[in-house]
Amino acid sequence: MLEQFPLLISTLCYFLSCCSTLLGLSAGKFRPQRFPLFAMIIGVLAQSWFLLHQGKFHHSCPIHTLPEIIIFLSWAIGLFYLLIGSTYRVSLMGVFTAPLILGLQAVALLLPFESFKDVAHFNPWIEAHAALSLIAFGAFGLASVSSMMFLIQEKELKSQSPSSLFHYLPPITTLEVVTKRLLWLGFFVLTISFALGFIASPLVLGIKFLLSVLIWGSYGMTLFLQQKHYFSSHRFAWSAIAVFSFALIVVPLVRYNIDLSVR
Amino acid sequence: MNILCAGLNYRTTPLALRENYALSKEKLEKLLQRTHRSGGVSGAVLLSTCNRTELYASSICPVQTFQHFQSLLEEETGIALPLYHYVEPKAISHLFRVASGLDSMLLGETEIFGQVKKAYSFSTEKGTITKTLHRLFQDTFRVAKRIRTETQITTGASSLSSVAVELAEKIFGNLHSSRIMILGAGEMSEKTARRLQSRGVRALIVSNRHYQKAVTLAAEMGGMALHFDHWEKNLADIDILISATGAPHTILTVEKLKSSLKKRQGRPLFIIDLAVPRDVDSEVNKMEGVFLYDIDSLEHLASATMQMRRQEISRCELLIEEHVREFLSKKFSRKNFFYSF
Repeated sequence: MLEQFPLLISTLCYFLSCCSTLLGLSAGKFRPQRFPLFAMIIGVLAQSWFLLHQGKFHHSCPIHTLPEIIIFLSWAIGLFYLLIGSTYRVSLMGVFTAPLILGLQAVALLLPFESFKDVAHFNPWIEAHAALSLIAFGAFGLASVSSMMFLIQEKELKSQSPSSLFHYLPPITTLEVVTKRLLWLGFFVLTISFALGFIASPLVLGIKFLLSVLIWGSYGMTLFLQQKHYFSSHRFAWSAIAVFSFALIVVPLVRYNIDLSVR
Repeated sequence: MNILCAGLNYRTTPLALRENYALSKEKLEKLLQRTHRSGGVSGAVLLSTCNRTELYASSICPVQTFQHFQSLLEEETGIALPLYHYVEPKAISHLFRVASGLDSMLLGETEIFGQVKKAYSFSTEKGTITKTLHRLFQDTFRVAKRIRTETQITTGASSLSSVAVELAEKIFGNLHSSRIMILGAGEMSEKTARRLQSRGVRALIVSNRHYQKAVTLAAEMGGMALHFDHWEKNLADIDILISATGAPHTILTVEKLKSSLKKRQGRPLFIIDLAVPRDVDSEVNKMEGVFLYDIDSLEHLASATMQMRRQEISRCELLIEEHVREFLSKKFSRKNFFYSF
């Protein structure tokens, strides 16, 4: 229980960040505040503390159990937000990122923290492959957040009578650029991760491999269609959300399948 | 030493009379120095804008200072007008309200903040400021900034042209690479285009049924004139279309736009339809990447902004009250007591 303490702090921080936003929205007027950002910084730091502790405990990258994988993914999303949000000055990105991370962490906390059976020798290539994959999904997660913001701002603009949220959301072209760059970054990291995976074990087949290729191919196709202007900005945003949602559902299932086969 | 405020503004004096009080920099300096030299005055700041002429002074005898300022103004302008005057704490809250845009003709405008800053700098430069006034103005800037960030008094756009600019910026972000086309060389379209140009729009095309009118307006605005028969061909190259022709029917339909949208490579198109009857078919707004606003929707947005700002007044007043109390308690605290002289 004690090792989960930083995780509880982190979840509480994201929860408070979401509550602060909901309170603002329920008052009928939306105003950006400093508190949600502050809460998110503490949240990411607490996640780092938890992952560091788990890493020391396992003597390897803390991505062995499903809860650990989910926490590592939400940590990557949070970290990307802190980097991207300030670089592009994308206001309100935290407002949309916090609920996603909170949802992921809540799922991780609900899952049983099964004790991981120590393996004598870890393959560093496999470790790097898995960690990079999750970092790539962190970028994809944030891209889906910016896509969601794009769709909301687009809807506001189309409505001809936008709400107060419209004043604080960034321009749609900025959101599209942020999504595009995050997808390219994620795709690049995921490609490296796959290359490392092949170095580790060149002969891979099975459901995990097929689904991974499907996700990688979907992102590649999305980027290709956008680059060649076959996709409108609207469809591009929907595609970024759809592929990430698909991955979010599929990755735990694959993991569950692996756990079952190991047992 | 008491803080005094005296002057006139758009509420008390109509423009026809107020314009006589618009003082040149030389006259302003002369008036400032003369007020500063008058008996009982230790410091003075003169704020002169198109909507107000006000004196903020620290004085031992506020009534005498007020009367002296009134006679000096009369001397400078040759017109005697009734002035309002306030002493502490009203004078302080008035300055806070002025700098925050609460006392402006256009509620929540931010230009006044810069004008108050300028007036303060001018007085500092001319040596007519005291420690009390210095503290008062520093607090004023703090209050105005706080009000701007913590309330929605400055949020949104309040005129048709500024609403158009805000929308354009929410679509394209920076307007430096955007291109505008004006259809119909009317006053409203020109005003909107000028506002967009002031935000750095890259290129401007003017098209009108009477070509000569387009040439004249294009020359005035540093743009390019285009024959009315050719405007549709240029739709693929522009980002913002301002339409205000006198056509009795729609001139831009979904069918006409479809072909040029293909050439736009996903770039959004912002259409501002200022014409009555409307120039653009409302179905166009349903097309992907096209954002259509007619005169009604722009007006609705402007009035919604003003309503939102009016709802914020009470919050601003509370913040001002808090800062007035803070200022007075600092002023009369033992540590700062001597500064008030």
